[in-house]
Amino acid sequence: MEGSSAESALSVSADSIRITDLTQDGDVLTFAITSQKLNSSAGVCVFRAYEDFEWLQQSLFSQENVPGLQGIIFPPLPPKALPLQSNMQTKALKQLGFLALGQDWQGYCKALEFYLQQVATHPTLCKCKALDSFLINSESPGKQRGRKGIFNRLSQAVEEMRKESHKDVDNFFQNERNKNTNIAALSKVATEKLIDVVMTEQKLALACGHFSTSLHLCVNQDDAAAVAFSKVCLKLSDIIEAVKQNFEKVASNNLTTLGLGLDLESRYQEAEKEMLFRRTCKLIELETVKKSTEKAKANKREVMEEFQKAVEKEFSLISSVAKEEIERFHSSRVNVLKNVLIGWCEQQLNTAKECAELYSQHLEACRNMYSE
Amino acid sequence: MAEDREPPALLDASHAGSTDPEDGEDLFVSAVSKMEASPTSPAEPIIISSSNGPEPEPEEIFLDEDPDDLFAEATEEVSLDSPERQPILSDGPSPAITPVTPTVTLDPRVSEAFARSPDQDEDEEENRDAFDVQISVSDPEKVGDGMNAYMVYKVSTKTSLSIFSRDQVSVKRRFSDFLGLHSKLASKYMHIGYIVPPAPEKSIVGMTKVKVGKEDTSSAEFVEKRRSALERYLMRTVKHPVLLKDPDVLQFLESSELPRAVSTQALSGAGILRMVNKAADAVNKMTIKMNESDAWFEEKQQQFENLDVQLRKLHASVESLVCHRKELSVNTVSFAKSSAMLGNSEDHTALSRALSQLAEVEEKIDTLHQDQACNDFFMFSELLGDYVRLITAVKGVFDQRMKTWGKWQEAEMMLQRKREAEAKLQYANKPDKLQQAKDEIKEEIEEWEGKVQQGERDFEQISKIIRREVGRFEKDRVKDFKVVIVKYLESLVHTQQQLIKYWEAFLPEAKAIA
Repeated sequence: MEGSSAESALSVSADSIRITDLTQDGDVLTFAITSQKLNSSAGVCVFRAYEDFEWLQQSLFSQENVPGLQGIIFPPLPPKALPLQSNMQTKALKQLGFLALGQDWQGYCKALEFYLQQVATHPTLCKCKALDSFLINSESPGKQRGRKGIFNRLSQAVEEMRKESHKDVDNFFQNERNKNTNIAALSKVATEKLIDVVMTEQKLALACGHFSTSLHLCVNQDDAAAVAFSKVCLKLSDIIEAVKQNFEKVASNNLTTLGLGLDLESRYQEAEKEMLFRRTCKLIELETVKKSTEKAKANKREVMEEFQKAVEKEFSLISSVAKEEIERFHSSRVNVLKNVLIGWCEQQLNTAKECAELYSQHLEACRNMYSE
Repeated sequence: MAEDREPPALLDASHAGSTDPEDGEDLFVSAVSKMEASPTSPAEPIIISSSNGPEPEPEEIFLDEDPDDLFAEATEEVSLDSPERQPILSDGPSPAITPVTPTVTLDPRVSEAFARSPDQDEDEEENRDAFDVQISVSDPEKVGDGMNAYMVYKVSTKTSLSIFSRDQVSVKRRFSDFLGLHSKLASKYMHIGYIVPPAPEKSIVGMTKVKVGKEDTSSAEFVEKRRSALERYLMRTVKHPVLLKDPDVLQFLESSELPRAVSTQALSGAGILRMVNKAADAVNKMTIKMNESDAWFEEKQQQFENLDVQLRKLHASVESLVCHRKELSVNTVSFAKSSAMLGNSEDHTALSRALSQLAEVEEKIDTLHQDQACNDFFMFSELLGDYVRLITAVKGVFDQRMKTWGKWQEAEMMLQRKREAEAKLQYANKPDKLQQAKDEIKEEIEEWEGKVQQGERDFEQISKIIRREVGRFEKDRVKDFKVVIVKYLESLVHTQQQLIKYWEAFLPEAKAIA
């Protein structure tokens, strides 16, 4: 539940963690999570609801005896999903972004799966007992509320805003903060724009469907002329059906590769932002303490200086952990984006090839049929 | 006028056509119906100026010049067992080339027209593949400025048909010229049952933008849309074997100067007359209850009603498709921009370059989307729109038939009344005036008997022509759609192949990210 010890490690292989199934019961979604045990060939399967993921995240935040915990960039947990109903589309979109667009929760499950894998492969976080218990205990953690750990969402209070722009003492971090602010905003915008594209593609698929259906309604067998025209309409209907399916595939490709990738990047930039903010807050705390110590009366001075030393130590730990995390983050995100882009390109290329083939066949058939 | 031109007795019961020369139309009607009576089977009028044969020669070609005289000449010339008939029959199913010089000579053409038999016309139908006229409308130019400005289009005709004076000719025409042409053709042919292709619609909004000089994409689109519509209109018109030979059409395509068609303006005298006529027609439609004896017409009318509804639905579907494609284009560009910005802010060189490439790919894809949207639009949306308007013309022709029937019935009624009046005269009490009255009434009865027969012939004529026209329409419809489908598929294939190229170019960039 809480705490970790240096010796405990994950008992399953991080790479084998999969979300294999999803069941929906009213509003509640239950995920089936499988993994491979490290020391045997046994597989484990557990069932978890979203609250259990939240419990896990909280547990990670509230670990004790982890030096520089606040310097860790915590893998971002995807937001809670609302059951998919067509009229809730816009609401869900605002909250879930990309994850709301997939028809069968595939994207969402993949995002959760990735989250677990990230936690499991993190050199520090994988040692958290909560993770192990999350993955192998047949009983779900239930409604256990862990201790309230460090906050994980930036509040919008004006004060926080001011803190966020507090000048840093370290160039490396100042640069990182600037870049992060920039990229976080840009990737969020890019994600939203891609959502617009995907939604329009889905709308186009629908419109094609309507067109195709309307063509079917033109069929009638009254006389020879009508029959000839009906044949033409049916042929066109088939073609438009093919166009529709192409749009659906293209949209789905965009969704499952680039869309999820951009969404992940966007959320990770936010996670980094939060980490940097925590560090900045610690910096402000340190600076405040320093000032107080200087002003302190002689009798309190020693206590203050002790306190100041403690805060200094915390801050320096956080900074060093943060530095490592940032390096790790940079290389991992480039890798992730590379795979995303390759996957996206390959899928779209395949779809385009299949589609070109299909259209060519139709064209051949039409040319043969229509050459009088 | 036509009374003196009574054709030889061979022509069965042909009456001097119209004694009511209110409009030139009737003049023509009687001309046609007169000519059609064949010695072989009076019951089956031969449609000489039929819509089928690629080169029927209706004498209406000459109406513009001096209708009465030429018409008279035609009457005198015609004799269905004239010797000219034989040699021309032996010409058999020939392609649409008239062996005449461009300067109109009356005799051979006219008699040739009469020589057509229905069978020959069917044969000629098959040989329509030899139809060889290519018309293009291009080079829209703005003339003048402000609200008096107008667009002038270059109309180029390329043909090997000899009814044209040259192989290639180009003229400049403005939109009202096209409307004028249509108006003339409609007034000449619609009331006898020919489906005259409708002219493109006026658009006050679109034109005003162009006049005012807005150099934006929407007015460029409007001009292109109109240019394309005008081209299709002309091609449809010349594809009609009867309309192709019409002197107005030929003049439109060939002569460098064309008298301004002012009667096409909505508020001109002619325009107001049109509106009044439209209203009158609408009222007539409601009051004439036709006894349909021919089930074919009833069925066809129902079919066209259905087709109208279906086509409008299809048109709406395609419009929605075009709209979404445009939306997709906008969104794609927006995404490309945001991706480019990401690329610019990215430190990692290879990733930065890949993201910039991504932006470029998306922009290229956007161009494809725009092209495809254009294709959707021009191929389907405009085609469907054209056909919805064509169906209105078809319905109009059916209405004309009803009007013709109405006229016939009216004549029957008048005849009846005259006969009753005659009967009454037998019991009149004014002996001195009696003989005069009897003579008068006898004359009137003869007159109305003639009109009744004329009316019946007109009705049968228009029914026959409509049957043929509908057949032609249905064939053309299937052909048009087939052509568009093949073109559309070609565009789809092309787009996909372009896409493949773009993705194949991008893949190495993605893989190059270290």
